[in-house]
Amino acid sequence: MNKILNVSPSPHQQSPETTRRLMYGVVAALIPALAASIYYFGMGAIIVTLTSVLSCVAVEYLIQKFILKVKPSVSDGSAIVTGLLLAFNVPSNLPVYIVIIGAVIAIGMAKMTFGGLGNNPFNPALVGRVFLLISFPVQMTSWPVPSGFKTGYLDAVTGATPLGILSEGVKNGEAVSALMDKIPTHMQLFYGYMGGSMGEVAAAALILGGLYLIWRKIITWHIPVSILVTVALFTGILWLVDPTKYADPVFHLLTGGIMLGAIFMATDYVTSPMTHKGMIIYGIGIGVITVLIRTWGAYPEGVSFAILIMNAFVPLLNMYIKPKRFGKEVKNG
Amino acid sequence: MSSGILLTIIMLSALGLIAAVVLYFIAQKFKVVEDPRIDTVNEALPGANCGGCGFTGCRAFAEVLVKSESFEGLNCPVGGADTMARVADILGRQPVAVEPKVAVVRCNGTPENAARTSYYDGAVSCRVAHALYGGTTGCQYGCLGCGDCVESCKFDAMYMDPLTELPVIIDDKCVACGACVKACPRNIIELRKRNKKDRKIYVSCVNKDKGGPARKACRVACIGCGKCVKICPYDAITMVDNLAFIDSYKCKLCRKCVAECPTGSILEINFPVKEAKPAEPAVADN
Amino acid sequence: MFKTFPKGGIHPPENKLTADKPIVALPLPAQVTVPVSQHIGAPAIPLVEKGAEVKAGQLIAQSKGFVSANIHSPVSGKVSKTEPSVDSTGYKQLAVVIDVEGDEWVDTIDRSPALKREITMTREQIIERCQQCGLVGMGGATFPTHIKLTVPAGKKCDLVIINGVECEPYLTSDHRLMLEKGAEVLTGASIIMKALGVERVVVGIEANKPDAISHLTDLAKDFPEITIQPLQVKYPQGGEKQLIKACTGREVPSGGLPVDVGVVVQNVGTAFAVYEAVQKNKPLIERVVTVTGRSVTNPGNFLVRIGTPVTALIEAAGGMPDDTGKVVNGGPMMGKALALTDVPVTKGTSGIILFPEEASRRAEVLPCIRCGKCSSACAMGLEPWLISVLSEKGLFERAEKEKITDCMECGACAYTCPAKRPLLDYIRLGKSTVIRMARERVTK
Repeated sequence: MNKILNVSPSPHQQSPETTRRLMYGVVAALIPALAASIYYFGMGAIIVTLTSVLSCVAVEYLIQKFILKVKPSVSDGSAIVTGLLLAFNVPSNLPVYIVIIGAVIAIGMAKMTFGGLGNNPFNPALVGRVFLLISFPVQMTSWPVPSGFKTGYLDAVTGATPLGILSEGVKNGEAVSALMDKIPTHMQLFYGYMGGSMGEVAAAALILGGLYLIWRKIITWHIPVSILVTVALFTGILWLVDPTKYADPVFHLLTGGIMLGAIFMATDYVTSPMTHKGMIIYGIGIGVITVLIRTWGAYPEGVSFAILIMNAFVPLLNMYIKPKRFGKEVKNG
Repeated sequence: MSSGILLTIIMLSALGLIAAVVLYFIAQKFKVVEDPRIDTVNEALPGANCGGCGFTGCRAFAEVLVKSESFEGLNCPVGGADTMARVADILGRQPVAVEPKVAVVRCNGTPENAARTSYYDGAVSCRVAHALYGGTTGCQYGCLGCGDCVESCKFDAMYMDPLTELPVIIDDKCVACGACVKACPRNIIELRKRNKKDRKIYVSCVNKDKGGPARKACRVACIGCGKCVKICPYDAITMVDNLAFIDSYKCKLCRKCVAECPTGSILEINFPVKEAKPAEPAVADN
Repeated sequence: MFKTFPKGGIHPPENKLTADKPIVALPLPAQVTVPVSQHIGAPAIPLVEKGAEVKAGQLIAQSKGFVSANIHSPVSGKVSKTEPSVDSTGYKQLAVVIDVEGDEWVDTIDRSPALKREITMTREQIIERCQQCGLVGMGGATFPTHIKLTVPAGKKCDLVIINGVECEPYLTSDHRLMLEKGAEVLTGASIIMKALGVERVVVGIEANKPDAISHLTDLAKDFPEITIQPLQVKYPQGGEKQLIKACTGREVPSGGLPVDVGVVVQNVGTAFAVYEAVQKNKPLIERVVTVTGRSVTNPGNFLVRIGTPVTALIEAAGGMPDDTGKVVNGGPMMGKALALTDVPVTKGTSGIILFPEEASRRAEVLPCIRCGKCSSACAMGLEPWLISVLSEKGLFERAEKEKITDCMECGACAYTCPAKRPLLDYIRLGKSTVIRMARERVTK
């Protein structure tokens, strides 16, 4: 009896890396930051993170099953990653209903309306965050002061973030060196002892996660390094020109969402360029726009906007920046 | 009204006026002079841009129609005779009578008829499977079942039958644009003359192997025996490369070939069921 | 570390299960099916009919036209029929079927095993002998050797590279040939050198074959023009263009041939066949084939007559394991899956791999996540995500602009894709359509 064999075109082997493994790798890389956020913000962090992840997964599942009537693909892990990143971008005392609205916008509007995974031009978690920032400006800009489980949830004590202190102070004409006294030391900032969104505070935890991603070959160094180097250079030049008006580059690298943005948000596969050259230009653009907004813009922090603006340029970067082809063109003579 | 608002109104109105004048002159300078009849003819065409006429869309066809002296060889299969008559009216020409056609899938290699000898696991595309090998059956000419034809149909006239693993054409919706014919890498689908009540008689096979291997691969293959050619009273059947072909314009739907075919390769569609002859009494086994 | 090509490449598991299995001659089968097209170019025209008595090495099909090759009978016996039969292309092709009787060879063939080191033929004689003996590239491409050894007018050649890389996982036939017939291979390389009028030969070998590297380096002491070059283990190091880049730094231009940068590349097996043809007057009628797979009980490297059914090879390797789900003719990256095993071994068959069921099915196809890993893996600097979608949607003009014809179909992109998209399936489709379109433009 002849065995019935499988036939398919070559190659007949596929690498063990799958979309799901990549997504769960990102989740694993976010665990240090998650641990830091729970450590600093306590109950609120847990509630907001859980709500965000569950809502994102639920929104994707419901839309796929009942509106699009296709097989739900939530098991690929991308909704979980969006949920985690959305949670990391909001304060830990955000009411549950606002988190859910954020999830509906992030998954429903920014991802599913464009065709689901792989088709969205803008980073869904950032679209969710920016939507919430503009729709609920008060709740989205009252940052709990980190004090572990004593922080509480909706009753958390709030205070200004380092970037907030800086931008307010500079507008009022105060010297930067005086403002720096009100802000935790660089070392404290590195470990995350500051007010802010849940996931952005602990640079140490984020860098750890980033190194894991690079080791796992989930991301390459191009985007994070180009963003951080651009920010460092740009703010460094400003600081050297006038240290009383501009904060030092280390401060800028450790505060706000730049670490989270550089390592986890800007490196989102779907919304970032495909070529390494394109990635570097993308990173430089994000760095420049972030510093522009931070220094001269109305908002104290500009990473989310910078990334979304550069997302819009990505199709152009993909179109015109091609990898180096092997072999020169032969002119047909 | 404050002077600020007045100034704004005047400025914006002036801007608008200047823009309008500039645009008007630019539109005149870069105007493309075209025969206005092309637009009128284009309006009369269905607008499906299906390519069934052989040109790249309805506007291209409209241009050709306006430039042509006669309508010989020019036909819109979607709009049919009505549309061609209207276009003929617009252009003051004579419409040419064209026989309506319908697409026919000439393969009956269902899993019962043609045993599967391998599983295909590649990209779901007939073109890809065709480039790879003969197919999941012993017949290297037959339908691959990946649905390139179904995908190409812009008129929702086709679907893949999961039981037979063959494409099905919905006669009422088929406009014989020819997209499926082009999409099939094995030329299995053919545009044949459309008959009354959508009746069809055709050889449902494109296998060019000799009888033995053909039949081994598929129970209802055409084995090239030639009986149908001999029986046809209208000389409508020809045999080339071990494969019989019925010319749909010569066929008078008499069904003699269907009864003659030993493998059941020739199909009759939409005919009333012939009354079965009374069965011969079984011969007693002494 | 070791030299390599700078861009792209992947590291699939090597699985060289048969690296230490010496070459064993397979017993003659009862019947051989010899296709008349085992090479690039026009199929050969059969010279024998049913009932003809043939000897091993006898010419049974004549090459037709310039790009074509002769076919010789691999066995002695009687021609049973000449009919189309399914071969590893997946379609029926004309083949000469011979019932094997004994093992009588044409008496002009020198069957002695002694090494013949001295090359007495001239350049033209060598090329003619290669053509007469039906030699084709044995790496799998099967391009007629006599054409490759003829430098086209207006081009210059200064280097020969012998491809001993064998970068495909599982395959070890070239490895064993270098170990067991090293001197013959190097003599063959010298003959190729003479045919092209060149003074240098580089033999490229991947670093996962240290025994072959040291053995050939040892033998190369007698061959002053030959250098052995170890190379980094990376797929597709064995691709012509990548091999040339790694060994010399020269890049074959897009749309060009290796001879445009003064290099000609020949596979180790071809070099051995050239030795046998020129020094022993032996046509190409047998070759080494690796039969392997994780469940195979007796994997090995077998010396097989052309036309032997693959079923005989599988029997010799211990029979088809019960859990077999896929049989591949060639390597796992570029080989062709067989629908039936009753197909013949041809000049280009380098290996037969039997995959167990769990490794036979493709994973579910998911949407493209635009990770760009396919582009990073592409050794030709292409963007598989783009050209595959362009081919799928029928946008062939744009695909041509994106250099889809540069693709060498190595499969690194489809291997790497985390969403398991059938990239190469569509790229191949696009490539063949674009080549056809380009040809039609020229002939118009």
